[in-house]
Amino acid sequence: MAGSTRASPIVEPATGVPIAVAAPRRHVTPGREAWRRFRRHRLAVLSAGILMTMIVAVVFGPLIWRVPINEIDFAAMLESPSWAHPLGTDDLGQDLLARMMYGGRISLAVGLAAMTMAVVVGTLVGAVAGVSRGRVDAGLMWLTDLFLSLPQLPLLLLIIYLFRDSLKEVAGPEMGTFVLIVVVIGGFRWMPVARLVRAQFFSLRERDFVEAARALGASTLRQVVRHILPNALGPVIVAGTIDVAAAIIAESTLSFLGLGFPPDIPTWGRILYDAKDYLDVAPHWALFAGGAIFLAVLSINYIGDGLRDALDPRRVM
Amino acid sequence: MSQYLLRRLLIAVPSLLGISIILFTILALAPGDPFGELATNPAVPPEVRAALREKFGLNDPVYVRYLRWLMAMSQGDWGFSFVSRVDVDVLILQRLPTTLIVIGASQVLALLIALPVGTYAATRPYSLFDQVANTLAFVGFSLPTFFTGIVFILIFSVTLDWLPFVYRSEIDATGFAFVWGHIKQAIMPVAVLGLFQGASWTRFVRSAVLDVVRLDYVTTARAKGLAERVVIMKHIVRNALIPVVTLVALQMPIVFGGAIVTEQIFRIPGIGSLLISSILANDTPVIMAVTFVFACLVILFNLIADILYGWLDPRISYR
Repeated sequence: MAGSTRASPIVEPATGVPIAVAAPRRHVTPGREAWRRFRRHRLAVLSAGILMTMIVAVVFGPLIWRVPINEIDFAAMLESPSWAHPLGTDDLGQDLLARMMYGGRISLAVGLAAMTMAVVVGTLVGAVAGVSRGRVDAGLMWLTDLFLSLPQLPLLLLIIYLFRDSLKEVAGPEMGTFVLIVVVIGGFRWMPVARLVRAQFFSLRERDFVEAARALGASTLRQVVRHILPNALGPVIVAGTIDVAAAIIAESTLSFLGLGFPPDIPTWGRILYDAKDYLDVAPHWALFAGGAIFLAVLSINYIGDGLRDALDPRRVM
Repeated sequence: MSQYLLRRLLIAVPSLLGISIILFTILALAPGDPFGELATNPAVPPEVRAALREKFGLNDPVYVRYLRWLMAMSQGDWGFSFVSRVDVDVLILQRLPTTLIVIGASQVLALLIALPVGTYAATRPYSLFDQVANTLAFVGFSLPTFFTGIVFILIFSVTLDWLPFVYRSEIDATGFAFVWGHIKQAIMPVAVLGLFQGASWTRFVRSAVLDVVRLDYVTTARAKGLAERVVIMKHIVRNALIPVVTLVALQMPIVFGGAIVTEQIFRIPGIGSLLISSILANDTPVIMAVTFVFACLVILFNLIADILYGWLDPRISYR
């Protein structure tokens, strides 16, 4: 290597400042390139801003707005938004802003945790299928196709109905339901990721750089972890983003059907479920909860769209 | 063609078996006892309970119980509802037509939206129409069905008072008023489901048409002097529909999920609301049967997709 001309300028490791500018071309890391592409999708950037605001609001909001979520005040039942209650109150006079922030924490946490589970399981299944050919691959893909043709919502409802009580006893009503919902939603959403990862593995496995690693004696595990997986990551990130939105919708659907979190834990879906009987007198109640779900899902979907543009190197922009 | 169909049917059998195994495993792993009801009843002594367990074979190994359950299911013995005191298959057959009508009508609506809008948008990419359609599609499939349903009720039932928000299977009217009553109460559920599906299908159709529209054979067709309408309908759309059919078949589980939610919101007496009410009432035989029916429906629609596939692409069908 010594004496050869470097394609990219030598960078001082500590500060990141170029010390010897031999070639005028700037070195662009994949991350910076992706960010440059992502920025061009204006709606995606706007959505990222909205989502960040929502996350900050539900994480830090309760520290500022110190109204308890379960303070019952019959003098202020079903009130429209006012200064005392910026989002109004519900049928028990509980403050909706506090409940929305609390519910947002759960809904967003369920979305992220279920996505993590789906991506981990999907990557594992896809990677195993992609590395081992033949029978293992065929078996795993049959399983994937089987899961894809399962009626998901009925099974979700069935599993939660059957296992809810025993998990509640083990881990408490809130944590037990959380774990159950995350595992079940994640367990029904890994299939697209598995298919993507397998397809990526099939094409990457035969590339020159992987063959070079193989020729140098890299073990299968090292080939996969160091060389194939990082290159297969782009589509997985996009699929994972969409999964967050799908998991939020799934959790809200369960809560909306009365089979998600217990009634005293106000997730967005649960608030909407409680609000649907008061549509004529207090429409704000349903609209705020549903609007929050819609806004979160829409912005996550747009971010996914922006990431698709950003992470697909074949796309010329 | 019949040989192709037969082969597809045979492929569906292992999937059905797999689903039945998954269902049975879930039930077998679940805590609780199908005779739990009897256990809490003080009038039934423990010896009787043990004898009953023995009689119904609950002490047998799991695979024996599975085979017995499978035999019973395939012979049409679907069990007995604890709550309504009717055979489960009677209960389901009563309610299945309503569900199928609502789902079918909403799919037709979705198709009527997605095909023209998606094709028109893709033939004029990045035009104003395309951008508006794209944005609306994004909004449409980000709106969960339960929220659209509530907003529709708020606008059309509560504020405007145009449409009823409770679905009734019996309408006391005759002739035209009877038909109109049925149509009127079906408008909102069908619109909720259809718009949601239509939004995501529009995106599928748009990207599929966009892939096809620049291919050489389309240019050839135009060069031959064919009318633009013929080029689009016969050359572009038919070929673009092949990947769309696959994607739509993959979406079927989501469609049924949406149908369950919609039936619950508008209180439609279909199998979706039957599922929810039997879950809330701990009616295990009905829950199992309805879940299995949903699984069969998903597989049936995959089969229909395969047949459509063969019709759209003659190269596939006879292989």
